[in-house]
Amino acid sequence: MSTTLETSRGRGQQPPTPPTPPPPPPPGGALRRTSDWARRAPLLPALVFTIVVTQLPFVVTLVVSFMDWNAYYPDERGFTGFSNYASVLTDVNMREAILTTVILTVVVVLVSLLLGLGVALLLDRRFRGRGVVRTMMITPFLIVPVAAALLWKHALFNPEYGLLNGTLNGIWRLFGSDDAPQPDWITAAPLVSVEVALIWQWTPFMMLILLAGLQSRPLDVIEAARLDGASTWQIFRYMTLPHLRRYLELGALLGSIYIVQNFDAVFTITSGGLGTANLPYVIYQTFYQAHDYGRASAAGVVVVIGTIVIATLALRTVSTLFQEENAR
Amino acid sequence: MSSITDVAPVAATRTPEGRPRRTRKPRSGPLLGLLAWVIGFLFVVPVLWMVLTSFHSEEDAATNPPSLAAPLTLEGYREFFGVGTGTNPWPSLLNSLTASVVSTVIVLLLALPAAYALSIKPVRKWSDVLFFFLSTRMLPIVAGLLPIYLFAQWSGLLDNIWLLIVLYTAMNLPIAVWMMRSFLAEVPVEMLEAAQMDGAGLLRTLRAVVAPVVLPGIAATSLICFIFSWNELLLARTLTGTVAQTAPVYLTGFVTSQGLFLAQVCAAAFAVSLPVLIAGFAAQDKLVQGLSLGAVK
Repeated sequence: MSTTLETSRGRGQQPPTPPTPPPPPPPGGALRRTSDWARRAPLLPALVFTIVVTQLPFVVTLVVSFMDWNAYYPDERGFTGFSNYASVLTDVNMREAILTTVILTVVVVLVSLLLGLGVALLLDRRFRGRGVVRTMMITPFLIVPVAAALLWKHALFNPEYGLLNGTLNGIWRLFGSDDAPQPDWITAAPLVSVEVALIWQWTPFMMLILLAGLQSRPLDVIEAARLDGASTWQIFRYMTLPHLRRYLELGALLGSIYIVQNFDAVFTITSGGLGTANLPYVIYQTFYQAHDYGRASAAGVVVVIGTIVIATLALRTVSTLFQEENAR
Repeated sequence: MSSITDVAPVAATRTPEGRPRRTRKPRSGPLLGLLAWVIGFLFVVPVLWMVLTSFHSEEDAATNPPSLAAPLTLEGYREFFGVGTGTNPWPSLLNSLTASVVSTVIVLLLALPAAYALSIKPVRKWSDVLFFFLSTRMLPIVAGLLPIYLFAQWSGLLDNIWLLIVLYTAMNLPIAVWMMRSFLAEVPVEMLEAAQMDGAGLLRTLRAVVAPVVLPGIAATSLICFIFSWNELLLARTLTGTVAQTAPVYLTGFVTSQGLFLAQVCAAAFAVSLPVLIAGFAAQDKLVQGLSLGAVK
């Protein structure tokens, strides 16, 4: 795909190849140190700010997670070793929350990734009104998450006048029947309701990433394959899909990182009831309402450990894409 | 992929005269085009329904089956903006605006120099630094929430919009650094050097060489940071109360609503989402770059 010639030419355009370390000049050591600091200076404010605001709280969380600390019993504060972790991992609510988080994340990510792939493939072809369809697809992502959750809870899922049951009623009336099924969606399938609302919001995200991936395909090579008699399926299976692999990974991993953290939909649609409480919601409750700081922190550390695994994979994928972009 | 790629005849990419062949996307059959329209429509229906309902009266909004052709009214908006009901969303909307705009400005002030030090005059190990920034965005906010809350309580910053501004700045800084770096990387270094040799001052270099490449990027970055801050709920819900509450926190007041209020909820949801819709469509082309944290162009 990219010949050595292209690569080296691409290098020339991209400034940020690692700075060639200046040949160590024996007398100018001090000079070099000064110029190093001059280079670093513009970076420091952002770096220091980020470390202080994002890393310090995690260190404190880690320390508190080993403490017995409940704001209602301030006298009993002290270190207790791993007892918070033990209670997080044995407590029924916490264990359910961990399971709910995993199910919610896996379902939402997989379904929206597959839907997003389908829509991206459709949008990658030319047809009348393609721009309009693209805009329609992006719209759900541009609704404030709380507003979107309210919309689903009240305007769509509501058993009496929500759009879903209203449509069912309308269709049944069309055929002269008055007893359309009118399920109470959220009570009947609470977790699925939350998942549907989230899939609606996240499919556009997946679609955008996959569409960008599709559009970075080398079209000439694909046309060549077509001229050689490759079928549409063969082109998809052996050319498009391998090319999309990194983008699928990226969508899945970034989606997981965002959805593991989801608070808005669970808080709004079910208020964590009916078995939909995920870890962020339970942590919020544990420290905000129950004021059990030690346990909330231990649960927070559990979330971090879970996320680190995903984040490491995500960083690796980003790094691969990043190197490809820079080498192009 | 490489096996097919290697086999593909090179000649096909050129016309017989040797010019590069213009490759065009395959045209869809009418059925696939229709399918795309149907799916797009299904995804946008909830939003259209929200907008339509927001302009209906409460009685028309609560009918089953839905009354699509009911007369339009601003009743829902009047209720939401507190005409006669005594509720007032303006302070929370203003708080959201302050938090989003001020944090975005600070993000740009911090991210621009940082991106410069990571692209045009890169420090050593610049890519490690870049990935450190990215990793901070991937750690769940909820795990740092308690220390932040305790700090706010101790320092008296609870229910203070400046605390949110600082936190939103930290939340968006990694995205901004990544995006700005990729835009700055497109600035032609040769032209920078040429301008310097020709004796152009710093300001002139910035205006003539850097700005045309970077300004659209700065605009897109700001819009995306604005969206993330405007949408944020967990931090705002935990750290603000009556004084500094933001629009999403105000919206949570509708979670347990009962009775005839659907038009008002839809008006509220649409009114609060409108800035994001505008910003999002304005940044449409760069949206994916921001959402993928700069990994996809």
